[in-house]
Amino acid sequence: MAILIDKSARVVVQGITGRQGGFHAKLMMEYGTDVVGGVTPGKGGEWFEGKPVFDTMRRAVETTNADVSLVTVPARFAADAIMEAADAGIRLVICLTEHIPVADMMKVVAFCRRRGARLLGPNCPGVMTPGQAKVGIIPAMVASAGNVGVVSKSGTLTYEVGFAMKNAGIGISTIVGIGGDPVIGTTFVEVLEMFEDDPETEKVALLGEIGGSAEIVAADYIKNAMTKPVAAFIAGRSAPPGKRMGHAGAIVDGGEGSAEEKIVALEAAGARVAANPEEIPGLLA
Amino acid sequence: MKLHEYQSKFLFREYSIPIPQGKVATTPEEAQAIAAEIGGVVVVKAQVHVGGRGKAGGVRVAQNAEQARHHAANILGMDIKGLTVGKVLIDPGADIRQEIYLAITNDRGASMPLVMASMEGGMDIEELNRERPEAIVREHVDPIMGLQDYQMTYIASAMGLPRENWRDFGKILRSLYECYIKSDAELAEINPLVITGGGELVAVDGKVIIDENALFRQRALSADRDTSDEPESERQAREAGITYIKLDGQIGCMVNGAGLAMTTMDMTKLYGDADGIGPANFLDIGGGATPEQVAAALRIILSDDNVRCVLFNIFGGITRCDEVANGILTAYNEVNPDVPMVIRLQGTNAAEGNRIISQARLPNLLSAETLTEAAQLAVAAVKKGA
Repeated sequence: MAILIDKSARVVVQGITGRQGGFHAKLMMEYGTDVVGGVTPGKGGEWFEGKPVFDTMRRAVETTNADVSLVTVPARFAADAIMEAADAGIRLVICLTEHIPVADMMKVVAFCRRRGARLLGPNCPGVMTPGQAKVGIIPAMVASAGNVGVVSKSGTLTYEVGFAMKNAGIGISTIVGIGGDPVIGTTFVEVLEMFEDDPETEKVALLGEIGGSAEIVAADYIKNAMTKPVAAFIAGRSAPPGKRMGHAGAIVDGGEGSAEEKIVALEAAGARVAANPEEIPGLLA
Repeated sequence: MKLHEYQSKFLFREYSIPIPQGKVATTPEEAQAIAAEIGGVVVVKAQVHVGGRGKAGGVRVAQNAEQARHHAANILGMDIKGLTVGKVLIDPGADIRQEIYLAITNDRGASMPLVMASMEGGMDIEELNRERPEAIVREHVDPIMGLQDYQMTYIASAMGLPRENWRDFGKILRSLYECYIKSDAELAEINPLVITGGGELVAVDGKVIIDENALFRQRALSADRDTSDEPESERQAREAGITYIKLDGQIGCMVNGAGLAMTTMDMTKLYGDADGIGPANFLDIGGGATPEQVAAALRIILSDDNVRCVLFNIFGGITRCDEVANGILTAYNEVNPDVPMVIRLQGTNAAEGNRIISQARLPNLLSAETLTEAAQLAVAAVKKGA
């Protein structure tokens, strides 16, 4: 089934009556994703493109038997929306929202773990299993179905690499955007473990960036437990220390989190690291 | 958002953490008056957002008010690592028996607050962490439950704090945790937390960094933001809602998405570094790339005199490249740049977008197909113009 989602995913969009939420819900439906409804507090009873809108996640899950939710609500309400989804029994919560305070996310990540819900993001483009379903904003045109798993901290860089792979005739099992925030629900290692266990994934492309140590931890896993080949790219070699490069998590702090140390660790673990993302398809061929 | 030392300590005081009774001066005369009011030995401390003030001569001890005036005159206006000192803090001299390190920070890997404490305070924590990591006690806090009493006892005990100081230390740690939570701090650090000759604990130096994403609910802290060391162009961009960071290269970069923006910078350096050519900035234009946004971003990039070429790298996913191309042409006619621009459009309707750019037949507008080609063209344009 590739990983995280396939055709059977039943998706609720939180914020479906909003501009972003509605726009992407329609694109997801066009792609073939089974969007079973939406949630907007105060708009329960309305309809969106033939799908029911509910006031609460609890009601939405009871009625539609949804197992995946997409959070598209603004930053001030997003932490609450994630917890509402986890509390309603959702298996996979995907949060696109950027600029959620870190203090809120630390509580939310702990809460999701206690409820047994997997959180992807925040500040991520979502997940797409080409030919089956997509939940989030990844454009349909950036990937065709195949056997390379892609995991990334970034949006457009992922589209760039996915598209280059497609043009080179390389298909993708699942694209997973884990998000560029300092505190996120699902890490590189957790996605690598899923790809390692997935029979439909043969190789993996990992797209990291400066800040934090998630790529170093991933390198450890690649070295010790991974049998499938990994190609990687780390963005931010030319970034100065102490500056936050767009993503809240992309900062080299006190000499830690630099691109160099991540590249060295990944190469030492046996991953093939590209200096230029356009080399990734060549490394996967 | 970084707070100055004095802002950090005054914030600590609101949470009942003992600090020296100092005040801030912006002129030597003010410094003298404050020192006279305090009486005796005082410390004159530069207030800049940079580490290593002491080594740079930005912290001086004065025996009396006249000497405080003299030191303040030297320190005010001083350049420390590129930043000009506009304020000094005048603190009473401390009677130091022991210097402790105490901080709470977000541990991004663990997704939990982390308390760090050490009896070897006073020095730079990164240096201590490199040289003697075992001298730092680390304790994670459950973000839902908060800091517990037993954890405070554990920290005091594990760091080797004398028992007579546990009670005061526990109060300070609890207050610091409350300050960290209520202020949405990424870091709340006391270094050093001094044990005085009389056995009292005082926060002699402090550093607080506030999460930018939480400023909407931190109005008081946000209103006190000191932007004097922020480049004018970065301030303009921040107010226009564009993420821009000025760098020292020659190729201005305009990109959609943070990861791709960093990658584009890296490519200019990959192909230009041998000739001393690299990125002039980080800029993420965001999702839409409307003509208004592109024009605003172009003006900010061109306000940097070092820029010799502008490189556009846009991946159109939901955004259509033909619309972006029209946006670029409108912005071009409005801003009239006097440097060459390399345009690389990829993704949805890229062919149409590139056709629009090439049909415009503008002399210094170059079109590229791949990112590699775009970076190489931009480097070549800088070399040609040099």
